[in-house]
Amino acid sequence: MFNISRRQALAASGGLIGSLLVPQRFATAAVGSTLNIAYNVNLPSFDPQTGPSSVNPTIQAIYRSIFDQYIGQKPNLAFEPGLLTGWGWNDDKSKVWMDVREGVVWHDGTPFTPEDVVWSIQRKAKPDGGNPVAFIWAGIDNFKIDGKRITADVKQYDPVIFKWMAFLTGYVLPKAYFEKVGPQGFEKKPIGTGPYMVDAYEGNAYLRLKANPKYWGGKPAFETVVFKFVPDATSRVAEIESGSSDITLEVPYEEYDRLKAKTGLKGVCTPISDIGMIFITNGGVMDDKNVRLAMTHAVDKDTIIKKLLRGYGVPIATLEAPEYAAFDPSIKVPYDPAMATKLLAASGYSKEKPVKFTIQTTRGFKPKDYEMIQAIVGMWRNVGIDANIEIYEIAKHFELRMSHKLAPAAFYNWGNAIGDPTTSTGFAMFSKSPHSAWHSDDLDAKIGPLWGEKDEKKRIQGWKDVDKYIAEQGYVLPLLQYAQPILYKSDLKVTPNVSGALQPATLVSKA
Amino acid sequence: MLLSVVANRVGMALLTLAGVAVVVFVLLRVVPGDPVAMMISPGAGPADIAALKAHYGLDAPLPEQFWIWIRGVVTGDFGTSITLHLPVTEVLASRLPATLELAILALLVAVVFGGSFAIAGTLMRRTIGETIIDSLNSILLAVPDFIWALALVLLFAVAIPVLPLTGRIDPELAEGFTTRFYLIESVLTGRFAVAGDIISHMIMPTVALALPLAAVIVRLLKQSLKEAMLQDYVLLARIKGFRELRLVLQEALRNAVGPTLALTGVQFTFLIGGTVIVERIFAYPGIGNLAIDAVINRDFPLIQGLVLLFGLIFILINIGVDLTVAALNPRLRHA
Repeated sequence: MFNISRRQALAASGGLIGSLLVPQRFATAAVGSTLNIAYNVNLPSFDPQTGPSSVNPTIQAIYRSIFDQYIGQKPNLAFEPGLLTGWGWNDDKSKVWMDVREGVVWHDGTPFTPEDVVWSIQRKAKPDGGNPVAFIWAGIDNFKIDGKRITADVKQYDPVIFKWMAFLTGYVLPKAYFEKVGPQGFEKKPIGTGPYMVDAYEGNAYLRLKANPKYWGGKPAFETVVFKFVPDATSRVAEIESGSSDITLEVPYEEYDRLKAKTGLKGVCTPISDIGMIFITNGGVMDDKNVRLAMTHAVDKDTIIKKLLRGYGVPIATLEAPEYAAFDPSIKVPYDPAMATKLLAASGYSKEKPVKFTIQTTRGFKPKDYEMIQAIVGMWRNVGIDANIEIYEIAKHFELRMSHKLAPAAFYNWGNAIGDPTTSTGFAMFSKSPHSAWHSDDLDAKIGPLWGEKDEKKRIQGWKDVDKYIAEQGYVLPLLQYAQPILYKSDLKVTPNVSGALQPATLVSKA
Repeated sequence: MLLSVVANRVGMALLTLAGVAVVVFVLLRVVPGDPVAMMISPGAGPADIAALKAHYGLDAPLPEQFWIWIRGVVTGDFGTSITLHLPVTEVLASRLPATLELAILALLVAVVFGGSFAIAGTLMRRTIGETIIDSLNSILLAVPDFIWALALVLLFAVAIPVLPLTGRIDPELAEGFTTRFYLIESVLTGRFAVAGDIISHMIMPTVALALPLAAVIVRLLKQSLKEAMLQDYVLLARIKGFRELRLVLQEALRNAVGPTLALTGVQFTFLIGGTVIVERIFAYPGIGNLAIDAVINRDFPLIQGLVLLFGLIFILINIGVDLTVAALNPRLRHA
């Protein structure tokens, strides 16, 4: 039974009303020791090694705040030491070696050891462990630890293995702690070696992080970082406009232009490692090279970027963006509707007798995705292509693509934060990959030898040649490289990251 | 008598839930979208895909998968969420309180707001006041909850930023709770500043959810009250010299409230359905927001658990409404 006196009731009412009337912060308010980020996705799981979250590029910024990767990555995608200070191959490239950073401690104060590195790789390699990229790590085995150096055998040479150590699932977790608390215990109280420690978490609401005073890379600029999970773009705009958050990302370009001009706010919108493309599935009319090439030459990418994306984006001719290792600026697929008309005419098609097929697209999954496809279909119509638009959910896209049942043309985006050609052109175009749409022996014959090519220069040149061949054959329709809009309070300094990961520890500071 | 009615309703509820379980299980496997396809990485081969399917128990024949799941459900084990890596039961138990507090607060606001305007409209019948109330109510009825949510965001979070926009509580204050019923617990433990913060976070989602329901209550209750006001017992009371307000509150309301109560119960289930979008807009950590993520990620165990939970809530609300209506109306009680 509660006995509340009149005085207590009055005090309680005062407290309630007072707290309701506390004014909200405005956009011009200075950023304190806490950085509030209105983040565009929820963090479902703290395990960066297994499950769907581990391969979700949009939450890597959070993982990189709590955990460290074997190998770090600069904002321009260049690699740098992480928990490994050195790495490499033996002469015949049958073994790898890794030097482990010394003096690092986990968030619970226990020392980080080479055993953690080995255990993390072994955990990720288990075929039944729930890691979607277990096959990458399964290639390393027979580990030996000698002081701070780890050596291991590789089942076959993989030129990208160290790049994966800075990519999806490439994180080190604490062996002893994880084995003690178990996977569910780890979800409830995760620890890493990263710049921030988990202080409080409420799924679908927020994650509060505290600076790790013992971080090997130095103390971060903010004592506290709060990731607010705000998946609705309108709400993110309101968060930054009202001053409730200090920084946000992935807002509509129209809102970005409006808000960056506002007093107290700044904006940066630069290209990231994510491209928009149209998969072409072989079979039917797509087996006609003239049709495929007409499709590519009929699309005015510059106009699409200018008119629909307000200029934020970079037109691309291959699946390699300018920051990627195998980007070749000499490969061009010009906008040439006359050539497209001529190519179609050679196959008996015209505006009066158009070639017909279906194009699938998402709607609202990526900025202006549906509108872009509408525009492209309009451009195609002008040269003699009559495409029927079918809207689908992204989940359906994955299922159809895995079973090679996509429509003849299908819009999708493709991220590649390590910028290697294997993780863009390779997996998107090699017929053995579950994510490829175009399956043909001629292309496989060109790609196949590159997977294990040991000469790096030769390997990169090989991929450039493949990209050129794909462009000449019209096996895919690359559209544009996306730009990521970031809005922030003007007393912040933000370094854009080509990978798209907005890492508060290294890329955001006070101006 | 009442006991047999309750037993009958509980039996029907269990049958309904069993039907829901079958439908949701089959539907998820029929509609496109495979959780493994969602996460499989480029470069994975058929063996890798098979290993992932086995890891999540999706490799067994459908009847076997269903049997494993339903056997677990009966013992309270709804499986483990694919995306959250936690038992579904634990996840639902941690998120449900947030939605219940929001929905119940919205219901209270709708009843108070709707009831007040219905009574005011009845008192002002055949005046300009009634016309104004009817006109405003038509607008409330026409606009869905998520539009109200967006309008409130623009008004009270951007134009006049007086209310916090997202979340359930200021992250700095979200400590020291022993239950997930933050509002109730903070009030009961005398942490009124915290309660105030929680309420300030709840105002916009609550109002967005409450307004459409309030409009329904206004329309139905006002109509019922107007009809009741023409009955003989009201006329008799009027002859006795009762004032208009007393006529409405004391004589007409008790008889008019039955249909409104029944419909409010049904509408409350829609309100809970509305939390899915409204919680998303306000980044409110309830089961509605959770449901969207579960569907996007094709988290089968979590979707199945959520659908069963929503089904259970709807059934319980309907049973509660039936019992309340019966308790208020002696004729139904003895029917």
